[in-house]
Amino acid sequence: MAEVLVYVDHVDGAVRKPTLELLTLARRVGEPVAVALGNGAADTAATLAEHGAVKVLTHEAAEYADYLVVPKVDALQAAVEAVSPAAVLVPSSAEGKEIAARLALRIGSGIITDAVDLEAGDEGPVATQSVFAASFTTKSRVSKGTPVITVKPNSAAVEAAPAAGAVEALAVTFSAAATGTKVTARTPRESTGRPELTEAAIVVSGGRGVNGAENFAIIEALADSLGAAVGASRAAVDAGWYPHTNQVGQTGKSVSPQLYIASGISGAIQHRAGMQTSKTIVAINKDAEAPIFELVDYGVVGDLFDVVPALTEEIKTRKG
Amino acid sequence: MSLRIVVTVKYVPDATGDRHFADDLTVDRDDVDGLLSELDEYAVEQALQISENSDDDVEITVLTVGPEDAKDALRKALSMGADKAVHVEDDDLHGTDALGTSLVLAKAIEKAGYDLVISGMASTDGTMGVVPALLAERLGVPQVTLLSEVSVEDGTVKGRRDGDSATEQLEASLPAVVSVTDQSGEARYPSFKGIMAAKKKPVESWDLSDLDIEAEEVGLEGAYTVVDAATERPARTAGTIVKDEGEGGKQLAEFLASQKFI
Ligand SMILES: Cc1cc2nc3c(=O)[nH]c(=O)nc-3n(C[C@H](O)[C@H](O)[C@H](O)COP(=O)(O)OP(=O)(O)OC[C@H]3O[C@@H](n4cnc5c(N)ncnc54)[C@H](O)[C@@H]3O)c2cc1C
Ligand SMILES: Nc1ncnc2c1ncn2[C@@H]1O[C@H](COP(=O)(O)O)[C@@H](O)[C@H]1O
Repeated sequence: MAEVLVYVDHVDGAVRKPTLELLTLARRVGEPVAVALGNGAADTAATLAEHGAVKVLTHEAAEYADYLVVPKVDALQAAVEAVSPAAVLVPSSAEGKEIAARLALRIGSGIITDAVDLEAGDEGPVATQSVFAASFTTKSRVSKGTPVITVKPNSAAVEAAPAAGAVEALAVTFSAAATGTKVTARTPRESTGRPELTEAAIVVSGGRGVNGAENFAIIEALADSLGAAVGASRAAVDAGWYPHTNQVGQTGKSVSPQLYIASGISGAIQHRAGMQTSKTIVAINKDAEAPIFELVDYGVVGDLFDVVPALTEEIKTRKG
Repeated sequence: MSLRIVVTVKYVPDATGDRHFADDLTVDRDDVDGLLSELDEYAVEQALQISENSDDDVEITVLTVGPEDAKDALRKALSMGADKAVHVEDDDLHGTDALGTSLVLAKAIEKAGYDLVISGMASTDGTMGVVPALLAERLGVPQVTLLSEVSVEDGTVKGRRDGDSATEQLEASLPAVVSVTDQSGEARYPSFKGIMAAKKKPVESWDLSDLDIEAEEVGLEGAYTVVDAATERPARTAGTIVKDEGEGGKQLAEFLASQKFI
């Protein structure tokens, strides 16, 4: 069976969930061979093996942290040359897409970004994408070279599928371009203790209707009662009420949780672009005409300052 | 010293309009009103600010690859304050994918001459966010992308990149390719004076032969990907909507429980 390269997104050896989802998809197309780079690369092997990686190619070097993107492209290219895979899958983060694009160009292959599903096809893997703010669904495939495909978080279930996961050192020679862009400082994002926005099963978001940074406490309280991540509309972010890293939408994060709860969000096209593929959508808005109600499975027309705390209380009571 | 900035701007279908596909499964650009991609306005804005903060002689060229109407995008950028424009237009470009677009842009950037390329973070229609990285790869210069803050001094570009897991400070020497996010600062509105001045600014038109690109390298034929099907997402089935008369929170909890979320 052909091998499929899976680029591993990890933090000091802790594999992030979207990579495990990629392994599920990779197994539909071939045998997953993972590529883990940088500090802690070898520590990823056990988790990757549990989820189907037959092999884990690793390489540690300071360059991965000290320079932007290109060292990772060099390594992935080395892996492609070593393995001759049937496809290369990369998580659809901002960095993942940049790595994938440069790799595709170097190896003379086509690239598909932001796939939400992947199946084997007669002429290679077929990717499903959700376009125009999720108003259309397309099926595409790469017609030249080794398909390079980036996949959005929450596109597949994480499945246990024990495999060998044999660790092998990957030989990498960095290109002259590798050291072009220096990372002179890095401030890791502080953990909020809540799930990662793009990975969460439930997302609770607030918009302009929340009307103040201090009021986001009621959105957070609802989120915590459900074990959810907190999101925000751009209006709320631009007003300085919530960090940009929590923005949902076209220029923020794209989320696809089981449940999305929007409070005080009108549902502009750019916001929809980042949440329309959520399985169940719920909204609380005092304007019955708000476009968000066109999307909802359940909507409450009302003041969020009444409805949200009441909902949180009720959830706490029910959960005991 | 002089600094030549090329800003890549895309003409896109209006996102608030009814966007759809043409019969050949390319983005329909005929039936829908277009405009300068809002995300590229931020790139033009940063070019203007770099120019305003510089003692050097800065020249800003805006570049687009697109159909006839794409001139509108160039006019808008010129009226914001860019100095001149280049429009790459050729019937053979219809259906070009990101790899092909980056080839055309890279050749045009080289022909125009540059020290710094500034792009938007993503186009609002394709939303791939890959063209700036592809340009850096093709031009063989550093990529300093997704910046929410950017500055240029003494031949060095510096910026802040708010990444997924960390905020990074980046640095590279020119020439380089930069892309900026919508966090980089509101784009200015063209002034009346700017709009009038733009009418007199030079707009050059180049076709593929001007760039030594063969027709087969671009367009649908040159594309590295194929779209086999595009289907409109079925409208979501109308949900239940209740008016809060004191019980809204409870009713919502009831719904969430029925869906096993609680
Ligand atoms: C290029 C571009 C990119 C963009 N990217 C994004 C993006 O990534 N994400 C994004 O979100 N937006 C994005 N936008 C902005 C988008 O167009 C909207 O402006 C934004 O989503 C509006 O946010 P909002 O719904 O919170 O605010 P509004 O549209 O002002 O809506 C506020 C809503 O709250 C309701 N409300 C007010 N008070 C209460 C109350 N007490 N109780 C209940 N309801 C109340 C109101 O009825 C209203 O419907 C982008 C725009 C552009 C041009
Ligand atoms: N046809 C085009 N003409 C000019 N610039 C473009 C074009 N396509 C993409 N770009 C630039 O590349 C950026 C990213 O686009 P994309 O990778 O398509 O999301 C845009 O914000 C533009 O700056």
